[in-house]
Amino acid sequence: MSDFEAKKDLVTLRINGITVQASSGETVLTVARRTGIDIPALCHHPKISSSGACRVCLVEINGVPMTSCTTHAEDKMEVITNSPYIEHLRRDMIDLILSDHPNDCMVCQKTGECELQELAYKYGIRNPIFSGERRIYSKKDGNPFIDRDMEKCILCGRCIKICDEVQGVGAIDFAYKGFDTKVCPPFEKDLNCEFCGQCVMVCPTGALTGKAWIGKGRYWKIQEVDTTCPYCGIGCNITLHISDNRIVRVTSPEDSVVNKGLLCVKGRFGYEFVSSPDRLKTPLIRKDNELHPASWEEALSYAAKRFLEIKETHGPDAIAGLSSARCTTEDNYLFQKFIRVAIGTNNVDHCARL
Amino acid sequence: MEQDKILLKILRDHRENNRNLIHLLEKIQDAYGYIPEDTVYWFSGKLDIPASKFYGIITFYPKFRLNPTGKNTITVCCGAACHIKGADKILEKIRETLSLKDEEDTTSNLLFTVQQATCIGACSIAPVVILNDQVHGNTDSDKVVKLLKGFEKEDEFIGYI
Amino acid sequence: MTDPTIEIKVCLGTSGKASGGEDVLRAFKKFIQESGIEARVGSRCSYKTVGCRGFCSKDVLVDVIVNDQKTTYQSVKPIMVEKIVTDHILNGNPVPQWTATEDYDSFHDKQYKIVLGPCGEISPDSLDDYLKINGYKAARKAVTKMLPDDVISVVINSGLRGRGGSGFLTGKKWELCRKQPENPHYIICNVGEVNRALAEGNPHAIIEGLLIGGYAIGAEKGYLYIRERYHISVERLRTAIIQAKEKGFLGTNIFGSDFSFDIEFSFGTEAFICGEETALMESIEGKRAMPRPRPPFPAIKGLWGKPTVINNAETFSNIPMIVGKGAEWFSSIGTEKSKGTKVFTLTGKVKNNGLVEIPMGMSLRDIVYGIGGGIEGGKELKAVQVGGPSGGLIPMSMINMGLDYESLSKVGSIVGSGGMVVFDEEDCIVSVARFFLEFLQRESCGKCTPCRVGTKRMLELLTKITEGKGEETDLARLDRLSAIMSVSSLCGLGRTAPNPFITSFNHFKSEYLAHIRDRKCPAGVCKALITFSIIEELCKGCGLCKRKCPTKAITGEVKKPHILDADSCIKCGACYKACKFKAIKKV
Repeated sequence: MSDFEAKKDLVTLRINGITVQASSGETVLTVARRTGIDIPALCHHPKISSSGACRVCLVEINGVPMTSCTTHAEDKMEVITNSPYIEHLRRDMIDLILSDHPNDCMVCQKTGECELQELAYKYGIRNPIFSGERRIYSKKDGNPFIDRDMEKCILCGRCIKICDEVQGVGAIDFAYKGFDTKVCPPFEKDLNCEFCGQCVMVCPTGALTGKAWIGKGRYWKIQEVDTTCPYCGIGCNITLHISDNRIVRVTSPEDSVVNKGLLCVKGRFGYEFVSSPDRLKTPLIRKDNELHPASWEEALSYAAKRFLEIKETHGPDAIAGLSSARCTTEDNYLFQKFIRVAIGTNNVDHCARL
Repeated sequence: MEQDKILLKILRDHRENNRNLIHLLEKIQDAYGYIPEDTVYWFSGKLDIPASKFYGIITFYPKFRLNPTGKNTITVCCGAACHIKGADKILEKIRETLSLKDEEDTTSNLLFTVQQATCIGACSIAPVVILNDQVHGNTDSDKVVKLLKGFEKEDEFIGYI
Repeated sequence: MTDPTIEIKVCLGTSGKASGGEDVLRAFKKFIQESGIEARVGSRCSYKTVGCRGFCSKDVLVDVIVNDQKTTYQSVKPIMVEKIVTDHILNGNPVPQWTATEDYDSFHDKQYKIVLGPCGEISPDSLDDYLKINGYKAARKAVTKMLPDDVISVVINSGLRGRGGSGFLTGKKWELCRKQPENPHYIICNVGEVNRALAEGNPHAIIEGLLIGGYAIGAEKGYLYIRERYHISVERLRTAIIQAKEKGFLGTNIFGSDFSFDIEFSFGTEAFICGEETALMESIEGKRAMPRPRPPFPAIKGLWGKPTVINNAETFSNIPMIVGKGAEWFSSIGTEKSKGTKVFTLTGKVKNNGLVEIPMGMSLRDIVYGIGGGIEGGKELKAVQVGGPSGGLIPMSMINMGLDYESLSKVGSIVGSGGMVVFDEEDCIVSVARFFLEFLQRESCGKCTPCRVGTKRMLELLTKITEGKGEETDLARLDRLSAIMSVSSLCGLGRTAPNPFITSFNHFKSEYLAHIRDRKCPAGVCKALITFSIIEELCKGCGLCKRKCPTKAITGEVKKPHILDADSCIKCGACYKACKFKAIKKV
């Protein structure tokens, strides 16, 4: 039997008394979630490999507490996800995490979307019973895009893995060990990477947020608009977060067809131009060395007129066309067609070739 | 120039023998006594391995150092057997003798570096202090201080002979 | 009449070297050469450097063998050499005041030495010495006359369990690994702290065990994972590998078969977590030693994702004897479920410190009082920590307990690294538990929540108690933390980390309560909970305490009772130790 066939093998197990089928190779967590049984998990994320670090997804498997994110479904497995014992372990795990976490949800940007806050709420932990020393970091990261508040970091490692496994950059990793473990760029310098913000997307707490998002509104007061990223021809699906008719943040739906929730620095953080006062709202025509606002009608006719004049006086090869990566493929096709047929030259290129 | 030669030699060994990062860092530390920041970036570029991985390993294992080591290394074993025979008092005494401040592990004249070790497996002669690879068993604060003084003298400048 | 033979064996293990063994050897060579003794006795003198024989507190140990008559000298210094040579070798009268005492004999007689047997007898640098004691015969038998499955069943039937860690049946582990279809298979030998005497004393046994293991599981490559700092061990193993290669015991077509096997060093670093199998593999792969979740077990998915067996050097050292002498012989030693012997490092407040090998099931009393010769200074035994930092404290009341995997796990301890630390009445149990937690907290890799935060919180709570600020609710907290850590941590370190607290609290609850309720440290160790004062009637006014006090807290005139100012006293205990009249009171 080949590996592939083995993977397709079906196994039957019981989760909370419900008999379910799974293909061997699937984790208990995946099977349970698919069955509609929620198991909380802070280090697990579907886009990256499992590490079994946070221990929040513990379930009883044949009576023994095991992490459901790393244990594969097996035939005749008996899984219980919600016994009082498991809930007690889970509660204490959250308690331990909170004991080393600043209790400042009221000012935290992540409030309402924070996975840790959600669990603290669920288990009703206001003051952790295992309180003690907290990690204190006075140094702030001076990078332009990502706010890294490492005191809020719960060391789940999602950011490290998505940076390494998905983005292929490896800008950050764990450093030190034990209680002093921290996630940081090499030599604890300021983050200096592509700033794709994938790490921000997967962070379960307020440790990683966009610098520009802070104080711009709570998520439940924000209107979401799905659209396509204007920056390049890939056309990533993005969601604009609108408050007071201004974009205050850009995200991408995790299940988006084009980009699976992943974005680049431009798509994720480069939205401020939209409501910038410097932004052009009408075409400008230069007259007597000064730019004057004009209507599209005026501008297009002026441009057409000048093209014809130049072509007539200097020949079509005096004109060149440079198109933009921000246009769609169709736009670019039309553009080169226009330059070649309407203008009559092969002088056409594209900014992305640089 | 000299530095490039050293680094290239380490790089060649790394590639030819299919070594791992820990081994590579050991070689750098052998050559310099510590791991200079620029060498990490140099190897990171040559091997296409993120510098963050290097830094993670350096800070995980206590044997890697990011600062120059002193000429002599004193390692105090702080395993269980040595502890109950007073290893922490010896450590305290050594640090006091060398007037090391809280976070320091190396004297300002770069003569001594003081380190702690987890059990080195010589429990039967606890407490144990290792001075430049020489294991001293059944020791105490006074004996160690005497040893240190001996080393200091050797390096004392008493005029040209 | 044949000429007399003279042999001098000097212990040059780590401890022997540290005690000046090399100087002693040099002194023997020099004196014997210069005084022309060989000519006078009519025989050449042979020298042998041997590995550790365990009794390190009396190093340097020297055997002088004249005509097969062995005399052992203890605590030998170079200055003693001249007299030993003249009196003993020349005139045939051993120097009685320097020969090993009863302690030495009782230390050894009560042990059962399988793996430590050749240590201290044979020269670790000599393959011939090892061959003379039937070395590599077991490997030859395994490779040429046995199928891998036969080797595995011998090891299974012997009942050998991993000497370190959880005590899984070695043969079963091998069987599981052998069955994996994925190739190649790897075999790793972890040379930990307790194993270094084996590497120093009889490195070939480790190599042979690894070779047999490699053959059994179908591996072509073995790794020796050892800390580079263990210079002597590394050198002796390196020499042993070279010698074995020269003889064709390692390399291709071993013993003329089609089995090939090679051994490579992988240098570990100073990290306790590397004793954990999966962390060790991460370290060999050159990563941060953070344990991997299991399943999958290393036997299925281990080093570089391939089926891997990890055992420690003690386990491997047993293998040649088991394959050679048979499973039945081995399983006749020990208890029902724990077979064979186990090496422990006996340290702490015991008279005879050293490395001891005992049959499984031997009682703690026989170890501490029989082999160890009792407590130093005739004090009262309080407890013994068995199994290293994450082992458990076994109180005096349970001293008749026999040591094996089952009994240890029943009392909340482990065989673990084989550490055995003896504590006496002057040790504070809370401080002891705190010390071990401090160690474990420092060594936690930080990957999983319960260990990373849990060890920290346990340490904080125990520190609070030793500082006299403990509350009774802290004990409940410690108890609850212990319970969650031991079931939910990712690896063995986190799971066993609460052991020092759990066991000490079980057996010494009153001592914990004394710290909390009465604000007293019964053993007089916790500085915050003791005060020193001078008993006027006993003080002779000698002034010794005054001179020893580092903070000038003691004042007084000569020949008149002195006064101790409690405010400036830092409770260092210097006066208490110095006073010859027991005039300093510690409460």
